[in-house]
Amino acid sequence: MRPFQYTRAPSLTEASNLTAGEDALAIAGGTNLLDLMKLQVETPGQLADINRLGFADIEATDDGGLRLGALATNTDTAVHPRVRSDYPVLSRAILAGATQQLRNKATNGGNLCQRTRCFYFTNIDQPCNKREPGSGCGAIDGIAKLHAILGTSNQCIATYPGDMAVALSALGAAVEISGEKGERSVPVRDFHLLPGDTPWIENVLEAGEIITGIVLPAPVGGTQIYRKVRERSSYAFALVSVAAIIELADGKFSRADLAFGGLAHKPWFDPRIGECLLGQPPSAALFEKAADILLEDARGYGENDFKIPLTRRTLHAVLAQVTGDAA
Amino acid sequence: MTVHFKQDEPDNSNRLDRMKQGVLGKPLPRIEGLAKVTGTAPYAAEYPIENCTEGVLVTATITRGEVTSIDHESVLTMPGVIAVVDNEKLCTRAAQGTANEAPMQGPKQVCYWGQPIALVVAETFEQARDAAKHLKVDYREEEGAPIDPGAVEPEEQEDETVHQGDLAHAMADAAHSVDVTYTTRGHASAAMEPHAAIAQWDGDKLTVYAALQMLNYNITELADALDMEEENIRLISRFVGGGFGSKLGISEEVVAAALAAKQIGRPVRVVQSRQQVFQTVMRRSETTQRLRLAADENGKLTGFGHEALVSNLPGEDFAEPVLQSSHFLYDGENRELMLKVARIHRMTAGSVRAPGEAVGMPALEGAMDVLAEKAGLDPVELRLRNIPEKDPEEDLPFSSHKLAECLKQGAEAFGWDKGPRKPRQRREGEWWIGTGMASAARVHNIAEAKARVTLKADGTALVETDMTDIGTGTYTILAQIVGEMLGLDPERVLVELGDTRHPRGPGSGGSWGAASIGSAVYVACKAIREELAAKTGTSEEELELREGEAGTGEALTDLLEGEDLAREGHYEPGDIEDDYTASGFGAFFAEVRVNHYTGETRVDRMLGAFGFGRVLNAKTARSQCIGGITWSIGVALTEALEFDPRDGHLVNCDLAEYHVPVHRDVPDLEVVLVEERDGAASPIQAKGIGELGMCGGAAAIANAIYNACGARIYDYPMTPDRVLEAMPE
Amino acid sequence: MADTITVNGTAHPVPEDPRVSLLDFLRHHIGLTGTKKGCDHGQCGACTVIVNGIRINSCLTLAAMHDGDSVTTIEGIGTPDDPSALQRAFLEHDGFQCGYCTPGQICSATAMLEELAADWPSDASESLEGRIAISGEEIRERMSGNLCRCGAYANIVAAIEEVAAGGRS
Repeated sequence: MRPFQYTRAPSLTEASNLTAGEDALAIAGGTNLLDLMKLQVETPGQLADINRLGFADIEATDDGGLRLGALATNTDTAVHPRVRSDYPVLSRAILAGATQQLRNKATNGGNLCQRTRCFYFTNIDQPCNKREPGSGCGAIDGIAKLHAILGTSNQCIATYPGDMAVALSALGAAVEISGEKGERSVPVRDFHLLPGDTPWIENVLEAGEIITGIVLPAPVGGTQIYRKVRERSSYAFALVSVAAIIELADGKFSRADLAFGGLAHKPWFDPRIGECLLGQPPSAALFEKAADILLEDARGYGENDFKIPLTRRTLHAVLAQVTGDAA
Repeated sequence: MTVHFKQDEPDNSNRLDRMKQGVLGKPLPRIEGLAKVTGTAPYAAEYPIENCTEGVLVTATITRGEVTSIDHESVLTMPGVIAVVDNEKLCTRAAQGTANEAPMQGPKQVCYWGQPIALVVAETFEQARDAAKHLKVDYREEEGAPIDPGAVEPEEQEDETVHQGDLAHAMADAAHSVDVTYTTRGHASAAMEPHAAIAQWDGDKLTVYAALQMLNYNITELADALDMEEENIRLISRFVGGGFGSKLGISEEVVAAALAAKQIGRPVRVVQSRQQVFQTVMRRSETTQRLRLAADENGKLTGFGHEALVSNLPGEDFAEPVLQSSHFLYDGENRELMLKVARIHRMTAGSVRAPGEAVGMPALEGAMDVLAEKAGLDPVELRLRNIPEKDPEEDLPFSSHKLAECLKQGAEAFGWDKGPRKPRQRREGEWWIGTGMASAARVHNIAEAKARVTLKADGTALVETDMTDIGTGTYTILAQIVGEMLGLDPERVLVELGDTRHPRGPGSGGSWGAASIGSAVYVACKAIREELAAKTGTSEEELELREGEAGTGEALTDLLEGEDLAREGHYEPGDIEDDYTASGFGAFFAEVRVNHYTGETRVDRMLGAFGFGRVLNAKTARSQCIGGITWSIGVALTEALEFDPRDGHLVNCDLAEYHVPVHRDVPDLEVVLVEERDGAASPIQAKGIGELGMCGGAAAIANAIYNACGARIYDYPMTPDRVLEAMPE
Repeated sequence: MADTITVNGTAHPVPEDPRVSLLDFLRHHIGLTGTKKGCDHGQCGACTVIVNGIRINSCLTLAAMHDGDSVTTIEGIGTPDDPSALQRAFLEHDGFQCGYCTPGQICSATAMLEELAADWPSDASESLEGRIAISGEEIRERMSGNLCRCGAYANIVAAIEEVAAGGRS
């Protein structure tokens, strides 16, 4: 690691001040940041420890939803009774990610900010536009099995690696952010950005802004599933994942909120999928149609071409599982 | 006093079975186990050395070329930095197993991306790691280094080539034939303890605490690298956190630590980062293997062809010995075997657990499954019909051969269904379920070994050898051999390993450790027994020793009359090595489930039945077997090194993206130990078991995938993308 | 309290260099080498320790972040003279070979049994709510953050199952 100034932020305001500089980063759980600092992918000169600022609570909101403190750990969240009962897709997504040791340390805010696992990003002796703008993308003509098939650019084909945010996207949660200019709330679906020409900008956080919480809407019920396809049976990043909240009424889809992981630089939410399914009775043909819409603009980079049929099949499996149509 | 025994004849006297203590073979817990479970066993980097500094390797960022300058000043002003070491003696590769000479030296010449080129030494680890990232290096790159094994003209390994009869003709005439090409990807040993060394000089005497498997060779390699006398070097590896081939030869950090400690006049510790271990030590070569099998209408093999392409760096003798067991496993009078190696600029290829069979057997046993289907035979039956009477190429008898028993006992224990086999017969929800099996074979290796056994005046015993225990159970089995021979509770036997001050053994590798060093200990104990027999007026043959007493009633402590009785046993394999083909054999059975939608495969249960000579400790032997089976799961489903197609660097160089199996990938595993005595293998009638458990197991899983879902896949590992591609609609 | 980390009941000053990981602090600053460094990136679990009752990877946290915290390492779980039930079970079931991942496996399993007792669900749990039934699959999923390259998994699970059922006390 590069030497850095370590400061325990005494207040949220002070944390914002400390992290407003170009050279400064906030550290919470640290499970991703320290990993990258050891590799010198991240080289902050100032590290502001925000762990003891509070906002670790998980509490009901006035409209019956749930507010997850940004500093609550992934474990706190996944095992919270209300999350388990009212937002099972979120518990499931968190539990499908990483390991118990990592989830015990990783925070909700940090999880949203975790960076890609692209091999070329984490190796400072390889080109990466995300790490070193203008150096090129090592993955596009390199090893790209884990990489994105949706929303890529000629600058970057990395994926967002997390699971939790995929469920939050399906749930329509919002991210609460505090900064020098005050507080704001951003839908999770808008929090992460596509790489475009600025792959180093991964989310909407500005300098000095700190995530303080995640707000879940009032429970929506339905059947909630998080399906993660991976190369090991545990402790592997998603090849593709699907967070699904599905409800049927009178044999037709009355709710179909789906988000996808492992496919893009952000949790992938396409409102057209839900629109395609709503009001229709489940059938293999309908599932195929939903997949057609989802994958309309999908593009493989050789090694990850398989993700296109895999995503199609996984979506089919999830919808079949929920609707009891094993066809 | 040294007692030398060179074995020219099999020893079928079953001496050990007639001893009276009754501890050999028993499933005793490891004698060093309490130290391991309480965290008190010291590994290489953990010795508290006063005034110790920290070194971090710097590695090349070009594929081939020359280091034109290293700017020491770029880091020497950084806090805590003491020195930059870029001495010409630095090693740029790890030594191959049993090399017995320094590996490639001279950090100015770069042969692969990630090659060590310098060491930065600082007061603290963080200072050294940071400085290593800042060291300014200039290169002159030589473009166009070949990195694709398929794009160069390979060299034939002529000593592997067999042309016997006319395979093409046999294939044309065959009632059933198979001609398939398998590929396997590179593997990493990924031992949990990273390669580490602490070097300390006292005048011209050097002590290195290191993570090494074969000290007797390593000391020679280090002496050669440093251009010094072996007598002035002491290597200590009392506990080694796994090796799996990667610690057979000295690796770069050992030499770097020694050179740095000399240069700065202080002890230096160098621990490779996990990424460096992946990128600088050893990879198992990827392979491409063509299998041709010709069989008559009864499924009896008439032709056998196995050709393989592997790769390595220029200047490396090692070529993954893919065909090793193919030479003798099955019949077939018309034979074509050939091994070729492509010279490419990827990191060094070398030994990874079970070099050869680990990848050769999964291909061969996959092809056998294809043949069984074509011939309409049960796959167990096909194998039973093709067990040769003698080595089909060398005209040598087998030292012992338990393949048939393993197949039968394994099938019985697993509940193998001999009925007609058709894929896609069983489905539970999204999951296709099926079974598969494969044979196991791994050549038996044995080597010269020395160990000193001292029967102490107080009635305890001491074993001293430089042999290592890398998790294999050496500490415990040596205590059991001594306990059995001298009539002692193994708790009264102290075993000291991993120190070159002791008599030298061959170290741990190629599964030869237990049989080799165990035989040296046996020879020493036999000599001690002769002395004791003389004292009691009986012959060694008749001497009965149990619980510290001779059968005649005298206590050992009385017989010793206050004197220690020490003998150094020196075992040397003689003609037995040339007169027999010796191998461990076995059989694997697996049940898997394959997800219809996602192609994910999970192993639900797996069983291995193995015959490998005398079982020295049923608990540790079983553990070796389940370890091997666990590796089989990795070979079959998850493990693959990825190399960048442009600069050849190992891309997935960490444990997040190189997928060794995790707990959840591994179900309950069942092991059947098929007892046998192989007197031509070693005087203690034991063979190796460290590797047999992974020699073919991947094929049992691959064959089960086919049986489950109908996806016949010829490429390992069988990741979801490959399963889906091969899955019939 | 301030500026010290309590390890196995003994307070130690927090290191001056903030870069020092909790793992390196344990191994090299206070000499507790029972906790192992296998990857230094949270990918192997060999460095697992228990902090304030919760298991974490000590490599992916800074010692400086833990002043006032209470850390339990393998040395605090049991000693050769007085091993814990899990340590005894690992020994009996041969739940290790080279021993390098073992302290991490045992620290992890020690905390994992508490998590099971608290009915924390896992990816392997049938239901997210109610009592969690202890099964091989539950244990395997929960232990998947601890790699063992020797391949002792089946024995490790057997050892944990025995202790979970009340054995080797």
